[in-house]
Amino acid sequence: MATRTEMIEARRPPDMRRGVVGWLRANLFNGPFNSVASLLTIVLLAMVLWPLAKWALIDADWLGSTREACTGEGACWVFISARFETIIYGFYPDAARWRVDLVLTMMALLIAWLAIPRLPAKRWVGLFALVGFPIVAYFLLLGGHFGLEAVPTREWGGLMLTLTVATVGIVGSLPIGVVLALGRRSKMPLVRSLCVVFIEFWRGVPLITVLFMASVMLPLFVPTEVEFDKLLRALIGIMFFWSAYMAEVVRGGLQAIPSGQEEAAKALGLGYWRRMGLIVLPQALKLVIPGIVNTFIALFKDTSLVLIIGLFDLLAIIRAGLTDSNWLGFATEGYVFAALMFWIFCFSMSRYSQYIERRLHTGH
Amino acid sequence: MGRDIHSRLDMQRSSSERGPLWRDPAVRALVIQAILLLALLGFIAMIVTNTLANLEARGITTGFGFLQERAGFSIPQTLIDYSGDSSYARTFVVGLLNTLLVSGMGIVAATIIGFIVGIARLSSNWLMAKLAAAYVEIFRNIPLLVQILFWYFAVLQALPSPRQSLSLFEAFFLNVRGLVVPAPEPLPGFSATLWALLLAVIAVVGLSVFARRRQARTGKALSVFRLGALILIGLPLAAFLATGRPLAWDVPTLSGFNFNGGVTVIPELVALWLALSIYTASFIAEIVRSGIQSVPQGQVEAARAISLPGDVTLRKIVIPQAMRVIVPQLTSQYLNLTKNSSLATAIGYPDLVAVFAGTALNQTGQAIEIVAITMAVYLLISLVVSALMNLYNARTLLKER
Amino acid sequence: MTASNSASASSSDSPMIEVEGLNKWYGDFHVLRDIDLTVARGERIVVCGPSGSGKSTLIRCFNHLEEHQQGRIVVDGVTMTQDVKRIEQIRRNVGMVFQHFNLFPHLSVLDNCCISQIWVQKKPRAEAEKTAMEFLERVQIADQAHKYPGQLSGGQQQRVAIARALCMRPEVMLFDEPTSALDPEMIKEVLDVMVELARDGMTMLCVTHEMGFAKTVADRVIFMDQGQIIEQAPPETFFNNPESERTQLFLSQILGH
Repeated sequence: MATRTEMIEARRPPDMRRGVVGWLRANLFNGPFNSVASLLTIVLLAMVLWPLAKWALIDADWLGSTREACTGEGACWVFISARFETIIYGFYPDAARWRVDLVLTMMALLIAWLAIPRLPAKRWVGLFALVGFPIVAYFLLLGGHFGLEAVPTREWGGLMLTLTVATVGIVGSLPIGVVLALGRRSKMPLVRSLCVVFIEFWRGVPLITVLFMASVMLPLFVPTEVEFDKLLRALIGIMFFWSAYMAEVVRGGLQAIPSGQEEAAKALGLGYWRRMGLIVLPQALKLVIPGIVNTFIALFKDTSLVLIIGLFDLLAIIRAGLTDSNWLGFATEGYVFAALMFWIFCFSMSRYSQYIERRLHTGH
Repeated sequence: MGRDIHSRLDMQRSSSERGPLWRDPAVRALVIQAILLLALLGFIAMIVTNTLANLEARGITTGFGFLQERAGFSIPQTLIDYSGDSSYARTFVVGLLNTLLVSGMGIVAATIIGFIVGIARLSSNWLMAKLAAAYVEIFRNIPLLVQILFWYFAVLQALPSPRQSLSLFEAFFLNVRGLVVPAPEPLPGFSATLWALLLAVIAVVGLSVFARRRQARTGKALSVFRLGALILIGLPLAAFLATGRPLAWDVPTLSGFNFNGGVTVIPELVALWLALSIYTASFIAEIVRSGIQSVPQGQVEAARAISLPGDVTLRKIVIPQAMRVIVPQLTSQYLNLTKNSSLATAIGYPDLVAVFAGTALNQTGQAIEIVAITMAVYLLISLVVSALMNLYNARTLLKER
Repeated sequence: MTASNSASASSSDSPMIEVEGLNKWYGDFHVLRDIDLTVARGERIVVCGPSGSGKSTLIRCFNHLEEHQQGRIVVDGVTMTQDVKRIEQIRRNVGMVFQHFNLFPHLSVLDNCCISQIWVQKKPRAEAEKTAMEFLERVQIADQAHKYPGQLSGGQQQRVAIARALCMRPEVMLFDEPTSALDPEMIKEVLDVMVELARDGMTMLCVTHEMGFAKTVADRVIFMDQGQIIEQAPPETFFNNPESERTQLFLSQILGH
């Protein structure tokens, strides 16, 4: 038997790239079935995309203030641009709109800070986003203190209202959900069964019935003299509803943490709340970030349901615009724009969740 | 140290070593739960008193007596006889049936679209995979309500009036008032065809049982699929032809400003159905894709290594394992679709929420009873389906130590 | 290294662990049957036996990871009861090393060692880190202090786990099959640390199948089967003249090849 005396150096693989033609052959025309399918798809795409682009971009009218500005064959985006301010701020008084701008800017900065992994002090920024920011936003938006003019919630609307509902829903439902998830794993039978009933109840009914309940039943539950804000009622309903979904997401994370982690923490002498707060929850929550973000997306989409109980969110403002007798017949433009707005928010969130998921898979 | 010397010491009973009561976890648990129970009861008591006081102040009587009263409004689409003279109880049934109708239609369509898109996403054809991915990313990120309003107000309301209907084969007509399709009218003797269909189903079931037994006994496989399809189509067709084609079609015809004959599918149903199917399909596609991808590559390799043919690998190895992942999530999507059908109220499709929690509630003011009944219906559906799902999960659970 | 004796409430000649008439059931399954055991201070005991014999369950009772139904356990003069304060007191005095390390993956090696010092012993962070580095030094892994557990090999992780337990300056260390999850080439580095610990006079209870370790280190070897202690003897007697047939059979199975 011969013995190798020198080790073999690593070599580069032979060049396998085959250019554009090679790529096309491998990915589109590998076999007769695929070739036909590809050709059909290309024809179909051309038939749909070209007229769409023509309508939405090439032949569209963009600027103006009345419907007379729309002369082309395509979309009349004037319908949107003419009422853009209302779509963003609703009926918020002109003079106070800087407050909305300030809150939205703060929100954007906070989200960016939390979403970019490189930035430091995540814990403190996160704590501020969950506790400090809502308080600041509350005083800024509602006013009535510190010399700010009060703006009642019935004047809120548009994108600003949509974001308010979404933010309150997100900030409120996550902590309630965590508590419910822990309660569902409790050894105390009463605590456990209460949490199970609470979770399963909200998960079993449609959000719209919850909103109905919030708008027609909640006022009956409080003493007659208490005035109960319509937006607040909707927010309570939304928070409870989504906290049940959040609880199930968090529970999934808790179940994925090996029992050894809790045992090791016990062996070190840590008590229940320390074990949860320092060892189990940090790992479990990190594990389910994608699930949490997906719940956020669902929550964000469902904020549009407040339209049904008469709040003027982004979608409702646009729908209200469509009933304006000067602007009849632009339903397509209106709903396509609404869809685009919601889509941008949801798609970015879903991309972020996928990015996090990949990061979780590859490292820690 | 023998155990006869030391008597068994029960730690629970040696009270001298127990320590203070409040540091015993069992005692703590009891106290916490007692406090929780008291708080809960107090909360409920508060709500009940407030509610009773409020109802009295508004002069609303409680109870379910209103269900027997005359509803006095009409509903555009009813699966059972209904008129303004019917009771609120009947309104409830009509609404519930309409909810079930659109949910059922949605589930069928969403499943078909979802499976096609989901499998297309895994296609080796780059274009098809990307197209399917685009479908998913577009439709699942737009709120369902926006989609419903879009289909209803932007597409269906923009359709021509009945006189300028879009028509297909002069039998199907699409216009602003809905979709008009021919209605089947069975003539005497048609029952023979139905009986033949029933017979064919029984025959196919019997055939597949026989085929499995025979394969187990002799090892000879029998292609049930083709033979079964032949029986299932052929037998009823033969009966239908033999009895002289006893089925007439009531084809809609335009008379004046509207259509006579046929069945009109109201545009609200079409819009809701389209939106629900397209939206839910985008989720089902993801479920199907992840289900198929969840089967480890090693399973396919192992099947190849014992030289199972491709279709057997798919049928006996991949699909059963993928289904274990797919079915529970699919069920939850079906439940979501059913719950989402309540958005019907935004365009006026007469589902349970629209006619019962909407119109009936506004007329009677019985908010608590009506919202409670409505929620109970959805809750009941959810719980029954979840219970069935748990049963399924328990049955398909992998046996492990 | 000398285990700090300052926290001990009892006199130093009383036994470290005392177990009398211990019984435990999982449902109807009787896992521990009439266990009597006394562990002296500084004693090193190796527990062995076939899988499912209850040896892990036994040592997990000593820091109340498992609850027993009958009998008495006294650790360092403190009787085990349901009282949460007592359990906490016992757990401070008992260090444990697990088969699967159970390091906290979201915390750095250093933080793994600090967490209980900070939250249980309420030490200032700087002091906790100093202690942690000291013990990481002892297990020869101080250079990895700022890495995360997932970046270490199994042997390194287990050494960190030992350091983490030592940071609480326990009176007694429990080892639950510390080398069973390791690749063969990493077993030695963990055993070396354990041998050194034994030399320094730490009271140790090890559930392990490393018979070489038992021979060099143990003062006593305990053999368990079906939830009971079948035989206990000094290692020479245990390995050369086992009394019971079960022990002989077991030894022939694990030493036979």
